[in-house]
Amino acid sequence: MAFPIRARLAAALENPTLLGFLFVAPAELILLIFLAYPFFLGIWLGFTDTVVGREGSFIGLENFEELLNDPAFWLTVFNTFLYTVMAVFLKAALGVGLAVVLNRDFKAKGLVRAIVLLPWIVPTALSAICFWWLYDSTFSGISWVLFRLGLIDRFIDFLGDPWNARFSLIAANVWRGVPFFTIGILAGLQTISPELYEAADLDGASSWAKFKKITLPLITPLLAVVTAFSTIWTFADFQLIWIITKGGPAGATHVFGTLSFQRAMSGGHFGEGAAISNFMLPILIICVLVSFKYLRRED
Amino acid sequence: MVGETKTQKLIKFYIPLALYLFFLLFPFYWMVNTVFKSDNEMYNLELNPFYIHSPTLENIVHLFTRTIFFKWMANTFFVAILSTLIALGASLLAAYAIQRLRFKTSQPTGVAIFLSYLVPQTILFIPLAHVIFQLRLWDSLWSLVLTYPTFLVPFCTWLLMGYFKSIPKEMEECAMIDGASRVRIFTKIILPLCLPGILSAAIFCFTLSWNEYIYALAFISDTYKKTVPIGLVTELVRGDVYHWGPLMAGALCASVPVALVYSFFVEHYVAGMTGALKE
Repeated sequence: MAFPIRARLAAALENPTLLGFLFVAPAELILLIFLAYPFFLGIWLGFTDTVVGREGSFIGLENFEELLNDPAFWLTVFNTFLYTVMAVFLKAALGVGLAVVLNRDFKAKGLVRAIVLLPWIVPTALSAICFWWLYDSTFSGISWVLFRLGLIDRFIDFLGDPWNARFSLIAANVWRGVPFFTIGILAGLQTISPELYEAADLDGASSWAKFKKITLPLITPLLAVVTAFSTIWTFADFQLIWIITKGGPAGATHVFGTLSFQRAMSGGHFGEGAAISNFMLPILIICVLVSFKYLRRED
Repeated sequence: MVGETKTQKLIKFYIPLALYLFFLLFPFYWMVNTVFKSDNEMYNLELNPFYIHSPTLENIVHLFTRTIFFKWMANTFFVAILSTLIALGASLLAAYAIQRLRFKTSQPTGVAIFLSYLVPQTILFIPLAHVIFQLRLWDSLWSLVLTYPTFLVPFCTWLLMGYFKSIPKEMEECAMIDGASRVRIFTKIILPLCLPGILSAAIFCFTLSWNEYIYALAFISDTYKKTVPIGLVTELVRGDVYHWGPLMAGALCASVPVALVYSFFVEHYVAGMTGALKE
């Protein structure tokens, strides 16, 4: 008697819609419970006075009004945009530069590529610890060299001065993010036909002209995707800054992520933290649309 | 590139490459250099900080004996391996279904999974903390095992969809004519053919879970349940006292598993990274 049931089950599994539904279910369940639900819950929490461990009630735009009247929040907005724009620009420029350098045949290509990827592979929290020590105000190797060369007359206070701290963090972020651009763009460069460059050579084009007229237009779609991804990650960065400066000195390096963590986890104000996250959404949505548009075109 | 002289090659290739490698490797040198120095040497400004005058293992000994470094490593392994397995299983099924079964809503499902890849953890940790609290998973490693797949599944699914796409449809059709069921085709034909893709996906999952920071920081407060990066920073920095030597030793040792996995599978890693971008 078991046979017909089994046969019916087997037949049901041949139905693509049913099987498709079954196959997608685990992934969707995970994403619904731990991603989609928290995503919308987060938006809602921004409109409540929830504190850790206790349900809050709806308070309208109070959190947002409070933040807009908070100078610390505006400093955070400034920092986040400065950090994102500068770091992404530098990563793109340096990353494309390295990709162009690597786009040729040479002996240890595999090894060099593996080395280039290292900063991206090593856990960010751990490289952040390393930068933290490298930026020490008394024992930094960078200061030591510059001092011995006579370029500075006292050791640089990397993390104690607001602007120094901002640029130090940008440098660390750039260091970590360059490999992503390089490897991504390198894949695009390898698909460009060498004949294009040969034709340009015959016309006597300079290296720069070749880069501007051939390379850049051809990698633009890929560059747009890589840049959009990187913008999302940089804009939503947390760990690098949290480990190295915790947003200090005096809030000079707080970005959205660190400020919301401080208000929500250290301060217990979930509602306010969530409201800060909500302010990130418009920028994130723009980046998502950009990456989506170009990824589609590549199909 | 024909007729490039040696000088041209030097300017266009060797010098820029050397500068880049210096920039990318310098922090690692600084880290390794610190690990094998004694405190006396580290804090003596008269000595050249880029050279180890009397190498010592005292920082590593401090890390191994005076902190619960191995416990943190074990925690990180536990979380990384379990979340990788969960994510891999879910992604394989989902990617195959979206790419090959072509059921009614397969396209929108694919788009939704891609979109979820772009939601950063930074905006999710507060509401997730709330959910974790309600599920009574606070301060438990299971909170990480269950939440890490949220950023692993979208990426893996995306990656594996590319691999499934590259397998000719004819193979499936032949098997179907021979009377093989769809489930059988999936397990006996598709999966073995996708082994390189599965390997890339697994490497990505493992390294991403190993590197995760914000959830582990937000959901775990018990020292014995911390993952490596969190444990190091909270236990080796006490107020104003920074144990730089052991900290660097910890950063170095905790990077080793990831670096090992990576060095064995670097080709898969690069293929996965670029494959995912091109899809």
